[in-house]
Parts: sequence; structure tokens; C-alpha cells
Amino acid sequence: MKNIGIEQISLAFGFIILLLGLWGTLTQKNIIKIVLSFTLFDTGLNIIIVAIGYLRNKTAPIIDSAELQKDTVNKVVDPLPQALVLTSIVIGVGVTALMLVYVLKLYKEKKSLIINDYKDLKW
Amino acid sequence: MLKNSLILVLIIGFAATMYSLFASYTPKENLSGVSKHYVENGKEEVGAANLVTAIVLTYRGFDTLGEVSILFLTAAIIGFFLKVEHGDSIVNEKVKRYSEILGTGAKVLIPMMILLGVYVFVNGHLTPGGGFQGGAIIASAFVLMFIALPHHTISHKVLSVVESFSGLGYVLIGVLGVVLAAGFLDNQILSLGTFGTILSAGAIPVIYILVGLKVGTELTGIISNLKEIQNEQE
Amino acid sequence: MLYIIITVVLGIVMIVMSIIAIHHKNNTLAVLSAGGVSLVASILYLLLAAPDVALTEAAIGSGLTTIIFFYVLNKIKKQNHVEE
Repeated sequence: MKNIGIEQISLAFGFIILLLGLWGTLTQKNIIKIVLSFTLFDTGLNIIIVAIGYLRNKTAPIIDSAELQKDTVNKVVDPLPQALVLTSIVIGVGVTALMLVYVLKLYKEKKSLIINDYKDLKW
Repeated sequence: MLKNSLILVLIIGFAATMYSLFASYTPKENLSGVSKHYVENGKEEVGAANLVTAIVLTYRGFDTLGEVSILFLTAAIIGFFLKVEHGDSIVNEKVKRYSEILGTGAKVLIPMMILLGVYVFVNGHLTPGGGFQGGAIIASAFVLMFIALPHHTISHKVLSVVESFSGLGYVLIGVLGVVLAAGFLDNQILSLGTFGTILSAGAIPVIYILVGLKVGTELTGIISNLKEIQNEQE
Repeated sequence: MLYIIITVVLGIVMIVMSIIAIHHKNNTLAVLSAGGVSLVASILYLLLAAPDVALTEAAIGSGLTTIIFFYVLNKIKKQNHVEE
């Protein structure tokens, strides 16, 4: 139990939320709950990516004081995963908006929010 | 019953994979590889104080171009699905009058929210912030206007003109980078200035202003489409 | 040591809110709980030394996603009332 830091605890919680989101996608019958589980899946994945780039006892990658300008390599956290997560969050909201518009069009056809009533593509 | 047990097996398989990934993770001590090059040379080559901005706009500029085009595609598809024939005249028929306190409070708050959004994306290279965050704050200000002051409308033509010109300007600056400097979206087409002031880091403030306007008007357009179908009849 | 306790408490709050989001019958409470998960994740990003990501997640993930869900739920309820 020695040497557990913030990044390992955040990694564990990120994995648990990702698994909860995946389980919600597979077992729920209400379409709104399925779209909500996709949102939880995205959030868990982003927590995992940011937690991997954390180094202990170092600070945020913004050079705003004079002492950070001298020895920057040994004092900042990894900035590359943060740049990737920035893109991922914006694309996540775009995909969620598109899924919800499809839910609206499906509801206009058959007036039901349960996914078992849409059997048109089953053979 | 078979489907439930298959789902359980799938989840347990995923959980075992993730547990093995988690148990074999050792925390790092120092930067290494590509990140070390970005942190060491970011200050001289790019000139921005915010290293995440320097990576998103210059070192990984193509990823940002891809993200901007995905957002544009999403807004276009949603606008196509939620088309209303006579959109601008439906609001005044059956909207009841909202309360005075909400309307007056919103009239005080909305200009300040727009000012905060513009501040966040103009100072994107010095403090945490940037185009995407500033655009989301501007979209939230317009959502407050839609909810609290329903008689003020925004015409779709203005939104789509601003969005198209911002996207075109972003690609034009990228092509100017090919013509005048080292590569696509290089920021040395304008001079690098002194470190830490607003007019530093070359073309990065200009690019972020265009990205902030584009993202803000796109998200506002999506929510305005969703609002206009609320009042249409079947 | 203090940071470890704060992280564990935030993690447990996130897990409870996500279980409410998946299992509750009322759609409105489920959407609000998912917005709450995003908000607590934004605080966690601040503890992990990532202020840019925290700003983006709070503005886009917690604010705009919840608003889009509520517009869609309102339209579905109105179509239900027009039917009956």
C-alpha cells in the first residue's frame, strides 16, 4: 500500500465509470438511457487519458512566472494527453447531439421510447 | 437468458483486461520522448506561454482542422434533419409572457457572458482557455437569451455567414503558412513578439479568434434548430 | 495525504451519481445526474493539473449536453400531449 498517488486512484475510478457506461449501453431498454450511457463512457475514457499524463509533484503546463521559464522540463506535467482530450470532449458532444436528433425522428414514427418496438432491421 | 449471460461474460472479460492494465501501470518520473521535445523547444519555436495551446494549434494543427470539420458536418446534418418551413414567424403566436425578474436579470447577464467568452479566446495563448472554451461560453449566453427572452430571435443567415467565413479564414491562414513560412498552419507568418504579452506568438491569436467564433456560432445554430421545432404542429 | 482523501471522496460521489443516472425511472433526474458526473470530473481534472481540460469539460460536457437533452425531452413530452 505504499506510494499510491492521485493518478492511480483516478485511473481506477475512470475504469469503473467506463465499465458502468458500457453495461448501461448493453442492458437498458429506454433509448434515452442508452444515449446517456454513451456520455458516461466518453467521460470515463477522458479521465483515463488525463490521468496517464500526470507526474508527481509537478505543476500545470503554463509558463506564467519567471522561475518556470528557466527549468521547464523538470517542472511541468505532460501536456500532450491534455491536447488530445480537448479534441475528444468536443467530438463527444457532437456525437451526442446527432444521436439525440435520430431519437427525435424515431419517436415521430412510432411513438415509443423502448428499443424492443423497432424491429424493422431484424431478420 | 442466453443474451444476459453473454453480456455478463463480455463485461467480465473487459473488467479482467482493465484490471491487468491497471495493475501493471507504474507511474513515470520524468518526461520523455515527444513531450520532452515539445516542452523544451516550445518557448523558442512557438512563443506561446500556454504549452497546450502551442501543441493544439501548431505542432498538431491537422488534428484541429479535422475536429473543426467534424463539428461543421454535425451542425449541417442536424440543420438538415430539423428543417422547419416557416421558421421565423412561429414564435409570436403562443408564447406566454415570462416573468419580469428573469427578463431583467438576463438583460444584465448576457452582455457580460459574451464579454467573458471573448476574453477567454483572445487570451488563449497566455492563460488557460482558448477557442473551444470561449465558443462554448458564447453559446451558453445565447441559450440564456433563448430561454429568458423568447421574443428576441436570431436570424439563421447571420449565423451561417459568420460560421462559413470563420472556417474559410482558418483554412486560408493554413495555406498562407505554406506560402510564406515552413509548413501548413505555421505561426511564424507574423512576428513572434515579446514573450507573455497579447501580441505575441505569431498568428496564434488570429487563429484562435476565428476558431472561437466558428465554434460559438455552430453550437448556437444547433440549439436554435432544436428550439424552433418545439413550436411546430404535427 | 489530503489530496488522496479528496480524490477518493470525489470518486465515490461520481460512482453513486452514475448508478442513479442509469437506473432511475424518471428521465429528468437521470439527465441531471449525468450532468453532475461531468461536473465532478471537471473538479478531478483540476486536481490532476489540467486547467484547460477542466474549463472545456465544465462548459461543454456539463452545460451544453444537459441543455440539449432537456430540449429533446420537452419535444417528446409535447408530442405525447398532442396525441392524447
